[in-house]
Amino acid sequence: MKILVIEDELSMQEIIKETLEKESYIIESATTFDSAIDKIVSYDYDCILLDIMLPGGSGLDILSELKKLDKASNVIIISAKNSIEDKVMGLNLGADDYLIKPFHIAELTARVKSILRRKSLNGKNEVEIKNVKINFDDRTVAINNEEVIFNRKEYDILAYFISNKDRLVNKAALAEHVWGDYMDQANDFEFIYSQIKNLRKKLKDHNADIEIQAVYGIGYKLHVL
Amino acid sequence: MRLHNYTLLYISIALFFIIGVWASIFYIQMLDEIYDSIDDTLGNNKALIIKKSKTDTTILYKSDFEESNYSIKKIDAASAKKMKDVYVDTLMYMANEDDMEIVRLLKTVFTINHVDYYELNVISSMVEEDDLMEDLFYSLFWLYGILLVSIFTVNTLVLRKVWKPFYSLIQQLEHFNITKSAFVAPQTKVHEFKLLNKSIESLLKKNSELYISQKQFIENASHELQTPLAISINKLELLSEKNDLTEADMILLTAAIENLQRLTRLNKSLLLLSKIENKQYADETTVAVSSICKRLSEDFEDLAEFKNIQISFEKQADLNIQINADLAEILCSNIIKNAIVHTDNGGFVTISVKQHSILIENSGDKALDSEKVFQRFYKNATKKNNTGLGLAIVKSIADKYGFELRYSFMDKHRIEIIFSK
Repeated sequence: MKILVIEDELSMQEIIKETLEKESYIIESATTFDSAIDKIVSYDYDCILLDIMLPGGSGLDILSELKKLDKASNVIIISAKNSIEDKVMGLNLGADDYLIKPFHIAELTARVKSILRRKSLNGKNEVEIKNVKINFDDRTVAINNEEVIFNRKEYDILAYFISNKDRLVNKAALAEHVWGDYMDQANDFEFIYSQIKNLRKKLKDHNADIEIQAVYGIGYKLHVL
Repeated sequence: MRLHNYTLLYISIALFFIIGVWASIFYIQMLDEIYDSIDDTLGNNKALIIKKSKTDTTILYKSDFEESNYSIKKIDAASAKKMKDVYVDTLMYMANEDDMEIVRLLKTVFTINHVDYYELNVISSMVEEDDLMEDLFYSLFWLYGILLVSIFTVNTLVLRKVWKPFYSLIQQLEHFNITKSAFVAPQTKVHEFKLLNKSIESLLKKNSELYISQKQFIENASHELQTPLAISINKLELLSEKNDLTEADMILLTAAIENLQRLTRLNKSLLLLSKIENKQYADETTVAVSSICKRLSEDFEDLAEFKNIQISFEKQADLNIQINADLAEILCSNIIKNAIVHTDNGGFVTISVKQHSILIENSGDKALDSEKVFQRFYKNATKKNNTGLGLAIVKSIADKYGFELRYSFMDKHRIEIIFSK
């Protein structure tokens, strides 16, 4: 899987690169409008991460260009501007998702994976980790081929962990992803523990080959047994 | 005291003294003139009587005034030599008034052939000073009264016209809102008011510019802060994924990330505030506030449960308001979250949606300062981790739409948002 990161901030670019390389993707990058245009014209990418504000032009123009080239799929806009107009315009121009800086790297990984899954050849939006199978379209989970019922939050947590398999997910990232944006001001993310506890219990009761481990005080990690 | 009453007060005091002084001088001068004129008449009478005595000697024996205005008395030469002409006021019985009245008397001597000496008394009726004074007093009293009434009337009419631009200026200033209105100085021909208008215009212009640049500064600063914040958090997240870190390292890292996240929250809130004030949330739709509150009360259940807080939702009516959908969400979530965050473990939070308002109640032991509760960075000292902007955001949304916010304390905190009357 080849991903193009169009981002002028080098540190940001490095972070995205390092994060996604852990998932074994091939990452290429462009820092300016012109170099980005060069790359998208010359090559095909499975996913493009696009910053709106670029030296030499707007990321939205790159989107238009992609649309003209008929390549405007699998674009995630990364913007520091939490502006509804930009979001609407970006999505109208063919972007698939809109991620606002600052974001958690777990969130980035989850969004990229979600887009790539939708694009996957077999068309099945599914992930299987040992005896656990999760279908992202139907929002169903089967353990040992037997469907297990999770409530909305348990499912969201599990899906998030599966997208971030073997990686540390900090509590703030999880809270924001599952409980929504306004939870970011809840100040204390301990409240997520009760849902994690229920999720762990269900996984254990159904003999799943995965478990959710606490990592010191910082967060959790999906561990494959 | 209104300006024209104020001037009137001073004018009436000043007039009182001016008229008083003027009246005294006038009175003295007039009296002087009257005496002068009477004394002249007496002098003339004297000359006529002396002349008459030369031809008609009978009058020399007229020792009483009787019906005429003179009397003549023979005196010896020695005392005649000592006498001079004197004009005096004296009392005399007046038959018509049956009373003693003041008369002017000229006492003089004359001689016939330097042999016989006669004393001549000539009188003339005098103005009655007390009557004169009384008349003068009444006239002046009326003059004073009429003057005051005219000044008051003219003053009122003129001032009303002259000060019109001033009052319209005051009215404009009263309703001036730096975030909304532009200031238009009222038209005037009066130089002082023109000056005032000009100074106020330039003052307001400077203030508006300052306000805008400050707002811009906050927004720009927040924007600029976002990228370094994002980078710092993400770098630390990447670092925390390294497997060779000890628990102590992790704890340090966690604290660093948490604080950066706090900074991010603060930054986001500031950005949100300036966006609301910059009217970046323009489009409005009809939003069902009751269903937002219901959903939020469920969303916050985990947080409430963790803090062992009883959260309850009560819908008394369907509440639909015309508002930007995102702001409605922010408004409700901030106010509910604020209640949960500030409720001690084991307390309760009640959300009631009424016909025209939402009422959020939560347990607490003492009242907050209702003046300050919606101010930025007003916070409870014991809650160290919140931004102190939650209710400021609520206020700025309420201000934008003209909703009324009420805080009260009746054994519990009560915050009410009243959408319309």
